Amino acid sequence: MSVVRVSVWKGAAKGAFQDFEVPRHPSQTVLDVVTYIQRALDPTLAYRFACRVGMCGSCAMMVNGVPRWTCRTHIDKVLENDSLRIEPLHNLPVIRDLVTDMTVFFDKWARARGRFHGRTNRRDEVARVRPDSENRKAADAGIECIGCGVCYSACEVVAWNPDYLGPAALNRAWTLAMDERDAANRERLRAVAGDAGCHACHTHLSCTERCPKQISPTAAIAGLKRAVAGAALRGEL
Amino acid sequence: MNVKLQSYLWIAQRASAAVLALCVCVHLATLIYAVQGGLSAAEILGRTRGNTGWFAFYTLFVLAVTVHAPIGLRSIFSEWLGWRAASRDVVLALFGASIAVMGMRAVFAVFA
Repeated sequence: MSVVRVSVWKGAAKGAFQDFEVPRHPSQTVLDVVTYIQRALDPTLAYRFACRVGMCGSCAMMVNGVPRWTCRTHIDKVLENDSLRIEPLHNLPVIRDLVTDMTVFFDKWARARGRFHGRTNRRDEVARVRPDSENRKAADAGIECIGCGVCYSACEVVAWNPDYLGPAALNRAWTLAMDERDAANRERLRAVAGDAGCHACHTHLSCTERCPKQISPTAAIAGLKRAVAGAALRGEL
Repeated sequence: MNVKLQSYLWIAQRASAAVLALCVCVHLATLIYAVQGGLSAAEILGRTRGNTGWFAFYTLFVLAVTVHAPIGLRSIFSEWLGWRAASRDVVLALFGASIAVMGMRAVFAVFA
C-alpha cells in the first residue's frame, strides 16, 4: 500500500514539525489524513473540524504553504513529492497544533459593523428586494462566505498590518452596504475606512485566489473604496 | 489621524497618480523629442525660458509628486518598518515640502 509522508506542526507559537506516514486511499482529503493521524498515530494531535462537507468553515489549515479548507481538498491535488506539510493558519495565534485562536478574526467582523441593522419591525411588511437589482447582485456575490479564515491567512496586508480588518470582515461589510434594508451604512463606511480598513488593501488578490467559495473579497473591498471615497467627497464620512 | 483624513489621503494619492500618469508620458515624449536633433543645454534653455505653458505643466507635475510620494511612503513605513507614530507623518510632511521646494527650484531654473 502506498503511503503519504506528512509533516504536522506540533506545539503553539513555539513547536516543531512531526513526521508521520499515512496509508493512501482514493479520494482521500487532507482532513482524512489529519483524522487518521489523530485516531491511529498520535491521539494528542489537536485540530478543528465539524461538518466535513465545506459548510462550517472550521477545518482550514495551511497545506504545503497554502491556506485551504481541508475537508474539500483532495490530497491528489496538493501533494508535493508524495508529501504534505500541514500547519495552523497563518496570521492567527496558535492555541495548539493545528488549532488557531480566531477571536481577533471575528472581532474584526464586529469592528467592521458586520451586523445587519434593520429599520423595520415584525409588524411591517416584508421588504421586497429585486434579485436582479445591481446592489442585490453585488451583495449576493459575497454572501456565501463560511468564515473559514482562509482569505485572512492568505492576506499579506494582514501580516504587515495587524490592525487591518482583513478580506472576510470587509467582504461582510460590503454585502451589508449593498443590502437596501440595512440602516447603518453611514457608520459602517466610517468603520471600514482608513489605514486599518479598505484603504489598506493593495489588491494583491491573494484572498480571491484562495477563497474556497470563489468569492472575491478584492471586488468587495474595491466597492467599499468607491463607496467610502464618495461618502468622503460628499462630506458624509 | 482620523479615518476621514486617511480617506482623503487615499483619494489624493489616486488623483495625483492619474495626473502623474499623464505628466510622465508627456515628459518622456518631450525628452525623447528634445534629444533627437542633438540640442545643446543652452539651446534647450533658450526654448524653455519664458514659456508659460511648460511652466504650468511642470508646476503641476511637481505638485502631483509632492502629494503622491509621501502618501505612498506612509504605507511603506507602516507596513515594512512598523512606523505608525505621529512622527512618521511629520517626517513625511517635511519630505513632501522638500520635494516641492527642490522641484519648483528646478522648474524656475528651466522655465521662468
